[in-house]
Amino acid sequence: MGHRRGMGQAIISTRKLRKVFGDLVAASDIDLEIGRGEIFGLLGPNGAGKTTTINMLVTILPPTSGEATVNGYDVQREPTLVRKSVGIVFQEPSIDTALTARENLVLHGRLYAVPRRDLKARVEELLALVELTDRADDIVKKYSGGMKRRLEIARGLLHRPPVLFLDEPTLGLDPATREHIWSYIRRLRTESGTTVLLTTHYLEEADVLADRVAIIDHGTVVALDTPERLKASLGGDVVRLKTKAPRAALEALPFVEKLEVADGGELRLTVREASKHLAAIIQAAGEVEAVEVRRPTLDDVFLQYTGHGLRDEGEGEASE
Amino acid sequence: MSAEAPRRGAVVPTSFLDELYAIYALWVREVLVFSREKPRVISAIAQPLIWVGLVGTGFSSTIPQSATGGVDYRAYMFGGVIAQTVLFGTVFFGMYIVWDRKQDVLKEVLVAPISRLSIFFGKVVGGATESMLQGVILLTIGLFAFHVTPLGALAALGFVALLAIAFVSIGLTIGSFFESFEGFQAILSFLLFPLFFLSGALFPTGNLPAWLTVLVRLNPVTYAVDGLRGTTVGVHQFDYALDVGVLLGFCLVTIAVGTWAFRRMK
Repeated sequence: MGHRRGMGQAIISTRKLRKVFGDLVAASDIDLEIGRGEIFGLLGPNGAGKTTTINMLVTILPPTSGEATVNGYDVQREPTLVRKSVGIVFQEPSIDTALTARENLVLHGRLYAVPRRDLKARVEELLALVELTDRADDIVKKYSGGMKRRLEIARGLLHRPPVLFLDEPTLGLDPATREHIWSYIRRLRTESGTTVLLTTHYLEEADVLADRVAIIDHGTVVALDTPERLKASLGGDVVRLKTKAPRAALEALPFVEKLEVADGGELRLTVREASKHLAAIIQAAGEVEAVEVRRPTLDDVFLQYTGHGLRDEGEGEASE
Repeated sequence: MSAEAPRRGAVVPTSFLDELYAIYALWVREVLVFSREKPRVISAIAQPLIWVGLVGTGFSSTIPQSATGGVDYRAYMFGGVIAQTVLFGTVFFGMYIVWDRKQDVLKEVLVAPISRLSIFFGKVVGGATESMLQGVILLTIGLFAFHVTPLGALAALGFVALLAIAFVSIGLTIGSFFESFEGFQAILSFLLFPLFFLSGALFPTGNLPAWLTVLVRLNPVTYAVDGLRGTTVGVHQFDYALDVGVLLGFCLVTIAVGTWAFRRMK
């Protein structure tokens, strides 16, 4: 209790955090240390346990076992202080559509005991941040999905929480709006140093936004690092070949780290400095119908650590 | 360490004043929502007027004044109509929370750093406000139509408030258990109609069989009707202290149960 909120200490810390629903282990042995000001991504398919983990951290769900602290407060013993420390943007929109944007923000500010003298200024400041000033007095019912999301982000920030939780912040939004929201999240960190924990099943989102990413699958963290290091850990570039060549011929090449048969009978090679060795690969393969060389993405990382693609399963399934 | 700027510094626990502020915020929300739903506003105002005007006139020819303590039946029924307006108005309010939950509107409120008692009570005063508004309209009419005294009207408003608080609490409690409106309607019909008819709101209960009299006496609404009738047209069976006491106790119980129901909501 005495050493909470020290410098350089993790603002979110979990130890063997676990949640079981009946027979389903929704989250198991989650160990996270997230630093102040970090943008941290929880990446995984729907149903992987991302929302369950967030819900435990924001005190909506009690953990089955394990411990977690947020802003130095224990999620089980000090739920009110945890709640005051966090802003939350839920996966499903939870904006009050019967109210205007401004009324939604004022309501939130009052629920979080934002001092009366600061409230008005903060509401205006956040409306400006998410570019909703012009529409602030419209009933939210008339808003588009992207506008509602932006308003929810503004709402989550109104009480100036040290930590912002974003559960699938760009789910269902068009690409332009998505990039818009990414830029808000980045600005947020640079301008206010807010720690952001976001869940996503969009690889690009995790790659572009997050300082570090935890890949979560079937309730377990299977890999955790910066996107760059995760990609580098694959040991090379990805080369996909459409060929009838025998595997052995390619596997024998010294710069081929790994070879797998991908869907549709294609060969998927992990190759050190692929651009240098492409000619040799094609030569070894003999007859090649098609070839693709690219830098590894988080998708490849995901495949590497979980044995399946991010979109292979769980699509359409409600996430917890 | 001074580098740890207080700008995002330590979080302070929620104080009692913060809880009151939250209740106020939730009340404002309910009033705003209510005021924007024109059909709801119109029906809230029109419904009691229809009852006093039409139903009262129809019944007044069949019930002798000797049974109503010597007052005109429409005047006798007036307190009952106020009680009825409150009871049935609160049903709809309870239904709205099912809607709120469907829309996930409540989620934001449920994760706020305030107690469930405050959240529940905020909703209750929000719903009770609607009944108070109806009460004011009806009692204003009563001042002219049934010679209600200003003091009596004020006292009657007190009874409206107590009855409304208890029944908004019941509506919200039931609403918090339901996912859709269907089952909800049935329970309210089984609960609300008996409570209403066994309250003496529409007819004198003096000549009922003994077993029914027991039920009438056990019904908290009876005491609200008695208080409302006494304060408006001067006819009442019980001591006001008993009326107020029973209703206060009823409010405390329903709020306690409702807070428990809200605590288990996620």
